[in-house]
Amino acid sequence: MASSISKKRRTNLILSEITLIVISLIIMAPVLLALSMSFMKPTEVYTFPPKLFPSSFHWQNYKEALQLVDLGRMLLNSAIVAFFITFGKLVTGTLAGYAFANFQFKGKNISFMILFITLFLPAETVMILPLFLIMKQFGWINTYYALIIPFTASATNAFLMRQHFMTIPKELSDAAKIDGATSMQYFWKILLPLSKSMLGGAALINFVYSWNLYLWPLIVTMDDKMKTVQIGVKMLIDAEASNNWGTIMAGTMIALVPTLIIFFAIQNLFVKSLVSSGLKG
Amino acid sequence: MSWKSKLTPYLLLIPTFIVIIIFIYWPAAYSFKLSFYQESFFGNRSIFVGLDNFKDLFTDTEYYRVILTSFIYSFSSVFLTIFIAFLISQLLVQNIPGTRLFRLFIFAPYAISPAIAGTLWSFLLTPTVGYLNYVFMELFGINTDWLTTTPYAFIAVMLATIWKMLPFDLIFYIAGLQSIPDSLLESSMIDGANLWQRMWKIKFPLLSPITFYLFIMNFTTTMFASFGIIDIMTKGGPLGTTTTMIYKLYLDAFAFQNNGSAAAQSIVMFAIMGVITFIYFHNVEKSVHYQ
Repeated sequence: MASSISKKRRTNLILSEITLIVISLIIMAPVLLALSMSFMKPTEVYTFPPKLFPSSFHWQNYKEALQLVDLGRMLLNSAIVAFFITFGKLVTGTLAGYAFANFQFKGKNISFMILFITLFLPAETVMILPLFLIMKQFGWINTYYALIIPFTASATNAFLMRQHFMTIPKELSDAAKIDGATSMQYFWKILLPLSKSMLGGAALINFVYSWNLYLWPLIVTMDDKMKTVQIGVKMLIDAEASNNWGTIMAGTMIALVPTLIIFFAIQNLFVKSLVSSGLKG
Repeated sequence: MSWKSKLTPYLLLIPTFIVIIIFIYWPAAYSFKLSFYQESFFGNRSIFVGLDNFKDLFTDTEYYRVILTSFIYSFSSVFLTIFIAFLISQLLVQNIPGTRLFRLFIFAPYAISPAIAGTLWSFLLTPTVGYLNYVFMELFGINTDWLTTTPYAFIAVMLATIWKMLPFDLIFYIAGLQSIPDSLLESSMIDGANLWQRMWKIKFPLLSPITFYLFIMNFTTTMFASFGIIDIMTKGGPLGTTTTMIYKLYLDAFAFQNNGSAAAQSIVMFAIMGVITFIYFHNVEKSVHYQ
């Protein structure tokens, strides 16, 4: 009897294993096939039935993609935009989170509500028109300001930090008070160092979010020199009149590899932060 | 800053509030103002027209179709994503060899932008070159230009959406499943519940707060962030069958320079989000005791 149970368990295990391999392959297929296509010669692209692997690494597609659209410059723009949005969100988020977690003050509930409502008002999509007109008044069209500054604070970050700061024992701030530390000294020297992994996770989520913004950069940049790499891929599709999918996929790889590498490298931290931002926030 | 200073918390909140007031609340208010105006024929001045923009919108059968398209697209992608995510998440909490690696791959679309997701699926579905198109041809004899024919374009957009959204839901379901105490599942095993029953009659109800959260988040994603997928894949076509509310808003504001109508449309979307927010609050209060 015992052996039949363990046998059943083993079949289950093998079945699960196979199912997961198949699912992983299906999910990764779009990326893997695109990668494969990005190395195919134009003649290979159009073979029928489609070939799974390129005959050699045909780097020409990457050169062509970079010549058709200035993806190098756009990568730089994406990096600048993503870096500063991330930095801004972390600064504003930690400060606001600290206020909500460690202080009692008049208007706390109402300011919490005002912040909470913004979770449901995505400015970068539903308010594109008024936001665009405001940017015009500021003279910020075609500048990094328009790409960065509107996104330098968010409720998500403030709530995530608040939630995390609330888990840090109150004895620590009491001890800091007794030792005569000011509230900002406590923030800098104790609270933030204790929150390193949370900050790292939040930085990743914010970086990917900013890197992947699409609608707003599409509207607010006309000058090719200011466009981000997401818009670059769209331009590549439009520019590649002969529909050489090898070239388009090479450009796509250039745009998706940075976030994918970051994601693969530090996925655990990423997942942990994402879950704590959602479930308790 | 001293601990007792009443000013400290307010100073800490100032940076966040400056940003959200200028870049979220001001544009929101500005939307309301714009929705009461129309550009003059030559576009050189705005004329106050009261509720005309809303009247125009709601007497236009086209707009109802756009709302319907949005809701069908949102609800069906959200429902399917949640369903598939719940099934796959069961496999990913079994601690079988390689689980870490499987998660690494299966979560990958999370890091990929909607625009890139749209590009990848356009490529997979393209006639003659696309791998998925080839598979569909071999299996079901469907060989069509997916992105320009109905109803295939709609299905194509949904496929890309589900693929992109799946990891988010999986991550939350896995966290949820791991938090269910073993004792609960063990007692159900003694009761003789089989795998399928345990999944839907015990685990699914226990995770209902997560499902609810995912529903809200996914709905918001499909309403707004899916713009990139649609813009790359179909540009709202063919014949407007993939024109969602956000895509129409974009077209009216930036292709047709119809500011009044675009602003009125954003107010309609605010209203929808308002209802979502209300439902969210209402339910969060009720579900607090689960956690």
